[in-house]
Amino acid sequence: MNLPVMKRIITVLMLLGLPLLTLAQDDLLGELEKNSKDTEYAVATFKGTRLVNGHTVETKGAGSLEFIFMHRFGAINDGWYELYGLDQAYVRLALDYGITDNLSVSIGRNSVDKTMDGYLKYKFLKQSSGVKNFPVTITALAGAAYKTSPKENSQVNADFQTVDRLSYTGQLLIARKFTSNFSLQIMPTMVHKNFVFTFTDNQGGELPKESNDQFFLGIGGRLKLTKGLSINTEYYQHLNPRGNSGYADGDKLYNSLGFGIDIETGGHVFQLILTNTRGLTERAFLTETTDDFFAGDIHLGFNVTRTFQIKKKRTGE
Amino acid sequence: MLHNNRRSMQKILPLLFSLLMSPTLAQQYFAEKSIIVFFSDGVIEDIRAENKKSTSIFDLGKADVAFLVSIKDFQFPKTLMQVHFNEKYMESDKYPKSSFKGKLVGFNPAAKSVQQVHAVGKLTIHGVTKDVDIPGTIEFKDPGYQMKAKFMLKLDDYKITVPEILWQNIAKEVEVTIDFTYRPL
Repeated sequence: MNLPVMKRIITVLMLLGLPLLTLAQDDLLGELEKNSKDTEYAVATFKGTRLVNGHTVETKGAGSLEFIFMHRFGAINDGWYELYGLDQAYVRLALDYGITDNLSVSIGRNSVDKTMDGYLKYKFLKQSSGVKNFPVTITALAGAAYKTSPKENSQVNADFQTVDRLSYTGQLLIARKFTSNFSLQIMPTMVHKNFVFTFTDNQGGELPKESNDQFFLGIGGRLKLTKGLSINTEYYQHLNPRGNSGYADGDKLYNSLGFGIDIETGGHVFQLILTNTRGLTERAFLTETTDDFFAGDIHLGFNVTRTFQIKKKRTGE
Repeated sequence: MLHNNRRSMQKILPLLFSLLMSPTLAQQYFAEKSIIVFFSDGVIEDIRAENKKSTSIFDLGKADVAFLVSIKDFQFPKTLMQVHFNEKYMESDKYPKSSFKGKLVGFNPAAKSVQQVHAVGKLTIHGVTKDVDIPGTIEFKDPGYQMKAKFMLKLDDYKITVPEILWQNIAKEVEVTIDFTYRPL
């Protein structure tokens, strides 16, 4: 190749290259923004791990331990004699621990039916935008509850065994933080009870009073009013309910409904609650709620949490 | 005559372009390693958070520099602190990024030793943009540069409010340390 041709080629190459380079030099910040390849994950879709009675998608961060004290009074319409429910108390005391940022384990004790409960909660998909886009956060929950009351198996039923005291909960929590102030969650849920009571029908057959496997669809949300204050609602629709025909007033079953106000102060989340249930395990508040919110069987309650960081996260120092 | 002209043009053009281009090629530097540390000297406890995912470009010829910082990438030792930092103080859903855009005043591209310079420009945090003058150093470290700075940030300047009853352990002023290593683009 002779020299002038080479030069011509180089010239052409340079002419082609130049506009690209000038373009790249335009605005440094604009260039950074254009090239930023991050994925933003939704933070704090809810303030706490509990919406009202049930769960939120939130799990505890790695190495943090939460002490949660849940308390429900009696029904407000119990009147003066019970000081509008304040004379009664139903509690759950529990510890939640974050094994990783997405996996929590919990153990708790409920005064209703003297129930011990425990669960694993795993956040396996996170709402994100940016390079990776996903519209919702999904957490799976698997729990078991053991009724220690009554003390003797024979007190329940003739063929009642210890394993019959157990019930299980499987739940998917699907939530979206629409704005920094508004989050919505749906909760397909299943509760399995090892034991249910039976009745004898007019042909003499033994039939269960309720299904061992019960299904629910929950819906709930939170609206943040200020940085430290939000209101929550939670409702669970029973999908295969027992039915109330033939049952007396105190034995009729209702769907669980609750409203709450979250107040966050530093390491505490304080939730003030109005609900129609007093039980605090899924078995109790989903399948055994005998109070009708709209008839005034409303329980005042609160959840108080305190978080301790047991193991500090490594930040590279 | 015409022929001669073309010949000389052919000689000049490449020369012209290479003159224009050669500095451009070596001019831009991109941060390959970055650390931003935020430190709050509190009454009850000290808080330290770290961000290693910031990006930056440095233009040697113009001494222009730009930084882009994603707020959610600040890592705290306590999960709850990180959540509060994003939700309550920085409102990172609304203001996901902080940035700086400006010039290194006092920078001499020929010098190879540590130089005292000032980053003069616009700093945007929490949606508030302020004119700032931040002293720091720059040093040539083959094949690129290293920039360091340490300065105080007043939370009030950027309308970051700390609810005092809630966290007594966050100071009104926090110390920010940056350490960026650049390589040629």
